[in-house]
Amino acid sequence: MARVLVALSGGVDSAVAAALLVEAGHEVTGVHLRLADVPAAAVGHGCCGLDDAQDARRTAQVLGIAFYVWDLADVFRREVEDRFVAGSAAGITPNPCITCNERVKYAEVLARARALGYDALATGHHARLRRAGRPVTEPGPGAELVRAVDRAKDQSYVLHVATPDQMAATLLPVGELPKPEVRARAEALGLRVAAKPDSYDLCFVPDGDTAGWLGARLGAAPGPVVDLDGHEVGRHDGVWGVTVGQRRGLGLAGHERRFVVAVDADVRTVVVGPRDALACAWVEVAAPSWAVAAPPCDGARVRVQLRAHGVAHPATVARGAAGIRLHLDEPAHGVALGQAAVVYDAADEVCLGGGPVTAAERPAGLPLALTGARA
Amino acid sequence: MPEMRADLDHAATTPPRPEVLEVLARWLPAANASARHLPGQDARAAVEEARERSAAALGCTPADVVFTSGGTEADNLALKGVVWAARAARRAAGDDRPVHVVTSAVEHAAVREALRWLADRGEVELDVVGPRPDGRVAVEDVLDRVRADTGLVSVMGANNETGAVNDVAALGAALRERGVPLHVDSVQCVATLDVDLEAWRADALAVSAHKIGGPQGIGVAVLRRGLDVEPLAHGGGQDRGVRSGTFPVGLIAACGEALAQAAAHRTELRARLRGLSDRLAAGVADLDGVRRTGPEDPAHRLASHVHLELDGVDGDALQLALDAEGVAASSGSACASGAGRGSSVMAAMGRPGTPLRLSLGWTTTGAEVDHAVAVLRAVVPRLRAGGPALAEGLGLRPIAPARGAGAPVAPVSGGAA
Repeated sequence: MARVLVALSGGVDSAVAAALLVEAGHEVTGVHLRLADVPAAAVGHGCCGLDDAQDARRTAQVLGIAFYVWDLADVFRREVEDRFVAGSAAGITPNPCITCNERVKYAEVLARARALGYDALATGHHARLRRAGRPVTEPGPGAELVRAVDRAKDQSYVLHVATPDQMAATLLPVGELPKPEVRARAEALGLRVAAKPDSYDLCFVPDGDTAGWLGARLGAAPGPVVDLDGHEVGRHDGVWGVTVGQRRGLGLAGHERRFVVAVDADVRTVVVGPRDALACAWVEVAAPSWAVAAPPCDGARVRVQLRAHGVAHPATVARGAAGIRLHLDEPAHGVALGQAAVVYDAADEVCLGGGPVTAAERPAGLPLALTGARA
Repeated sequence: MPEMRADLDHAATTPPRPEVLEVLARWLPAANASARHLPGQDARAAVEEARERSAAALGCTPADVVFTSGGTEADNLALKGVVWAARAARRAAGDDRPVHVVTSAVEHAAVREALRWLADRGEVELDVVGPRPDGRVAVEDVLDRVRADTGLVSVMGANNETGAVNDVAALGAALRERGVPLHVDSVQCVATLDVDLEAWRADALAVSAHKIGGPQGIGVAVLRRGLDVEPLAHGGGQDRGVRSGTFPVGLIAACGEALAQAAAHRTELRARLRGLSDRLAAGVADLDGVRRTGPEDPAHRLASHVHLELDGVDGDALQLALDAEGVAASSGSACASGAGRGSSVMAAMGRPGTPLRLSLGWTTTGAEVDHAVAVLRAVVPRLRAGGPALAEGLGLRPIAPARGAGAPVAPVSGGAA
């Protein structure tokens, strides 16, 4: 029995997480985090609207647990939104959900929970914790982050920033259940969020128009779109509107398939080229964080996941003075700087850690000394 | 679950008195009080008796009493109603200027937001008077802003957070001389102060029943006969033509009973709560970084309120810790989502600390006060030191039993928990 603070987003996963913890006999308190300052009229998006606070409150009432709303909008703006804006302006592609976990949930919220006397923070993320091969039901040291039972819903990617110490004060009950089972449990408990749709967009961009949200904060900064030879083939309104690997929405004439292969914010230039120009055989992470006590050693065989729901590429670790380089068995396409490279064990089960990609191989002869080659 | 509980949030709502519950149960099944048949006449008699009892408790005539859904509607009706009527009269004379309104910076949201809304729409030219450091609104500060064309002054009788009492009688007398109508949000006053339209020379009052042992969802707008007021909602015009909708007979009768009870018990309650709130304040007076806000003079302070300013204590943590120890108190207001947000009253007073309002009412006992003192003495230093807010072995569960979706709502339980 532990004292557990469960973050209730207003969605079905965290609701069932709370229910499972109550069933397991823990002393559970629900807290809804008010993160983004979205207009009250924004309906059913992300986790920050008024509707979501109401759904979270009703969940707590039905489960018979105490419930509070914490206003973390200032922290969220500073640590997540501002960093997302700055990163996007610099031409990289940060993942704000990971930043939120690292700098809000595993920093501010967990610290508050501990100060208030809680043993653990629980969330509704689809991922599992294992201790000595067995499911973690009580907080404590030695927990490993493992992919969810429901692989299609696995969210260990966005949780890789947790340190072993933070993992020791974490519970992830719904990762043990397939998503349909989560909904069935919610239904059986009479929780009205049982059929609530999953959220996909960024919670602080209620209308889903991320480029428009960034444009409103960064203003127009038009620049050239050039091909691999450096010839201008089009214009863009701001480098934050495009990301490496993108094909659509560039407004380019001609019928050949051209992808964004590089972005240089300093000279406001977007480089396009054929898909082959995207191939990269290695990625570097300058400052990885490790979710396990013993990080993978030089030469270790691992899997690397480069997108929230992407494939895990077989790779070999090369440890260097500046972080790690991950040599991919097969080249990956569309690796943008800033997105997270998350490392799993060779069996693709245990999440070892990772960090934002700080360099990635690019074909020689790009018109600008940029992207991975730029030191 | 802590064994000892202390309900010290009576300014938010106070338990209904048993006499009120009896009247409510008696008149909840009433006929439509506007019907002409005999059962309707019966129901109407209950409404009019409640109107007389309310008038007697509020120093006005029965004709001045309009029943509303509560304090917020009463404030809105007086402010918007007077402004709209004044605008209509002016427009008829070819004058389309906004109405000049003077108010204070520490008004309840029901006044503040209604006036801001009118100002945003260009219907009102708003003059907002800041409080003195003790939270009181000085009469001379208000009068300084009053002009020949001022259409309305709205100043609360006592502040809902700090309990600071304003000299509305002096203000009313001065405004009466100038011919400027005065609205007084009196929601916090009724329990312990003599609310009196005549004595205050006021023209409109807002009162809420559930702050004085009545049910939630009913209140009174006192609108002096002759004060021109436009309705907020249009319909059958049941109440004096300014408030439409079927009379909620049970709620109205209960409201009349609650006001009568409040008036009958006021002197005794004020004296008792004065002793208890002083005991509470004295019990935490020597705590480091804890200050009592509000006026020094007890005559300028509601007997029901102890408002503290705490340095270096997080409001969210404080709320949780007090809950865990069974103390219900208010640390600032809450936004629609339920998140704590800063206090506009504290901001207007230039107070940066975390507010904590402990408010006492007719059920408050010395044991509750002593429990709250003991809890604050234990919790505040612990929170400031960064130690855990929750004491070992204390659960944190809502008081009401868990209810499944769609399950019947638990019956009303009498008295304080």
